[in-house]
Amino acid sequence: MTTRLIYFAWVRERIGVAEEDVDLPTGIETVADLLRWLKSRGEEYEHALQYPDVIRVAINQEHVEHREKIAGAREIALFPPMTGG
Amino acid sequence: MTGAVVPVVRIQAQDFDVAAEIARLTQGRADIGAVVSFSGLCRDEQGTLSALELEHYPGMAEAEIARIAAEAVERWPLQGLTAIHRHGKIAPGENIVLVVTASAHRQAAFEAANFLMDYLKSRAPFWKKEHRADGSEGGWVEAKEADDEAAGRWKSSD
Repeated sequence: MTTRLIYFAWVRERIGVAEEDVDLPTGIETVADLLRWLKSRGEEYEHALQYPDVIRVAINQEHVEHREKIAGAREIALFPPMTGG
Repeated sequence: MTGAVVPVVRIQAQDFDVAAEIARLTQGRADIGAVVSFSGLCRDEQGTLSALELEHYPGMAEAEIARIAAEAVERWPLQGLTAIHRHGKIAPGENIVLVVTASAHRQAAFEAANFLMDYLKSRAPFWKKEHRADGSEGGWVEAKEADDEAAGRWKSSD
């Protein structure tokens, strides 16, 4: 199944694309698994996800914790802590 | 009572008119006794900042603020609620965000507005990038731990 990944702010700048569609390999079950896999995809990803703990994640436009399962996710967004308001 | 309050949530590039937004909530009503409005503006940081660029997550920004507004309506006896957040390039002195709450008595309106702003800051998907006055590239504004703590104090202990 294809999953759309969307990046914002410095995560987007460091990875170098705003979004991409990926086929997740088997074994990627949680958000933490996804971050670990992404980080291994190249220098840009390594740079963006160097400190995975600070990365915030939303699945289908709702905030989730890193232990959340990603089965059925159409859209997963990765971004830094928010600074609106 | 005129039934459940339907919060007004808007995400927009253009500016908003604070007085007009307050009037929209109170017009034609005689049951509202208190209106609180909070506006957040862009600061120039002692002249060093020429603009803030606000990036947002379209779709989720609306959805998340609507979720926060729905929680406020559930927790306080509100008679009206408006939340507006701008995106794009915003110059010092311009508006960024507006929260308006209306209730019969002041406490609910004050507390709900405070709650909305604390949650907006830590949960609404917006990111600020600085444009420096000297033309050099500014960085992304860093999230403050104090903002997370401010949001945390609204968690019920039960």
